[in-house]
Amino acid sequence: MDGASTPPPPLATEVPQGEDALHGERMVINMGPSHPSTHGVLRLVLTLDGEVVKAVQPHLGYLHRGMEKIAESMTYHQFIPYTDRLDYLAPLSNNVAYVLAIEKLMGITVPPRARVIRVMCCEIARISAHLLWLGTGALDLGAATVFFHTFRERETLYNIIESLTGTRLTTSYTRVGGLMSDLPAGWTGQVRSFVDAFPKALDELDALLTENRIWMKRTQGIGRIGAAQAIGLGLTGPNLRGSGVAYDVRKTEPYGGYEDYDFEVPIGSEGDAYDRYLVRLAEMRQSTRILDQALRKLPEGPINIDDPKVILPRKDRVLTKMEELIEQFMIVTEGFKPPAGEVYHAIEAPKGELGFYIRSEGGKSPYRLKIRSPSFINLQAIETMAVGGLLSDLIAVVASLDPVMGEVDR
Amino acid sequence: MAAGPYVDPHPPASVVERIKERFPDDVLEAAAFRGELTIVVPKERIAAIALFLRDDPQSAFGMLIDLTGVHFLERDYDFEVVYHLYSLEKNHRLRLKVRLREKETVPSVTPVWPGANWQEREAFDLVGVRFAGHPDLRRIIMPEDYTQHPLRKDFDVEGGPTALDAPGGPASPGFRDMERI
Repeated sequence: MDGASTPPPPLATEVPQGEDALHGERMVINMGPSHPSTHGVLRLVLTLDGEVVKAVQPHLGYLHRGMEKIAESMTYHQFIPYTDRLDYLAPLSNNVAYVLAIEKLMGITVPPRARVIRVMCCEIARISAHLLWLGTGALDLGAATVFFHTFRERETLYNIIESLTGTRLTTSYTRVGGLMSDLPAGWTGQVRSFVDAFPKALDELDALLTENRIWMKRTQGIGRIGAAQAIGLGLTGPNLRGSGVAYDVRKTEPYGGYEDYDFEVPIGSEGDAYDRYLVRLAEMRQSTRILDQALRKLPEGPINIDDPKVILPRKDRVLTKMEELIEQFMIVTEGFKPPAGEVYHAIEAPKGELGFYIRSEGGKSPYRLKIRSPSFINLQAIETMAVGGLLSDLIAVVASLDPVMGEVDR
Repeated sequence: MAAGPYVDPHPPASVVERIKERFPDDVLEAAAFRGELTIVVPKERIAAIALFLRDDPQSAFGMLIDLTGVHFLERDYDFEVVYHLYSLEKNHRLRLKVRLREKETVPSVTPVWPGANWQEREAFDLVGVRFAGHPDLRRIIMPEDYTQHPLRKDFDVEGGPTALDAPGGPASPGFRDMERI
């Protein structure tokens, strides 16, 4: 045979050389949907090589309630309670986002007092959402003490929310054209004492984590994403700002009077989990500043616009006057009918840009309502952040992305 | 009261002019409502127009904020695909739309904005719009063996029979994909 003339085949690639020799068989592991560090019902199918994550395949939809479909058969007001259940860690903020979109569609501007109260609602929601993120995120990485500190502060906030709206979680506080009710007596005092005490509590949290070597080891350089990549994926909120992009809807397109407040937009530089932590920590300080300014400037006056087609009349007048009775009947049975058209309105929710795209055909319910939820789009970055890292770092990545499944699945 | 260093948002009327310059026949409709601009373009041209809008320094729409579909009954088109674009540099927004019939597909914009991946999957899953050239057009919210598109206007909200109700069906269809890997 002419065996001598043909070169021997190269060494078979099945025999791994060098570093590859250490690598074993790939393993597919299911994580979630019920897993303590997925913060809800996120399910990840992981392909692992030893401890190294080779692929992440998120599976969503375990909390899908069809909110966008439900909205199509409801009056605009009836949908407000559903917005509580989007990002259920910041329901007040969702309430504001939703009514602002409808008010844009209808061309309504609410009175100054309502605007200031709404700003306070948004910032209270932001602090409380960030506190929960910090507590549970730190717990995931083994720092259990932080959890108790954040939940103590959060309890104060939930008491404030409870005295404002009557409930702690499902607030449904805003109305198209105003608010459910005016501030209860003594409420500003409650907020004032929180604003005075909170910076000290934040310093404690800061001292617990920021210079903590274990915390730094677990978060620095983990889940890194560059600015260009983050923009391409459409990340918003602290996840984008952690990569050094100062995009904050409160600054770029101020809504509800945010242009009148003095605050900064903290940004990171590395785009890793540590920077996202620093950004959220700094945001809580800025939110406290905004709350302080809002308390100082809170004007007297009405909280609702004067339009009987939109706002429910006072109950004592409904029971004594014919016109008000009819108006109440019309709002409750038919709702109001915004003009045909389409609007998109976004706010800076704790997780990022929360937008409502409302398409109206002139009826009492939206023809199509699309919720642009920040968590859904932010979660897409999990592949960029986690692949190539260790399985234990994936926990840090999920924690630092701060997804809320109520908002992802809708 | 001290004002923040914010830039007033402005509707990018100049952007519409630029698109008309570059693609003279492709602006089918342009409308302004509540300070927002909407333009409708032919579906075949969406990928080229998206790329132009992203890379043109006057437009600089680096971010696809939102992508969704709307289903219609009794119109000369069945779907509208709505793109919400935002420019970080210019701080302006634009709504782009394409229209298509039931059996048609629209080119995917994932090569332009990688973030369109999940959003197009969602529009496919819930509304039923099909995107040509999408790398991974699977359902994302509904179970993978679900047959309908719930945000269509002819969807039976009263709960008609579905494949999931079939006797002998899997108890947990979502986990079947584990077996395939």
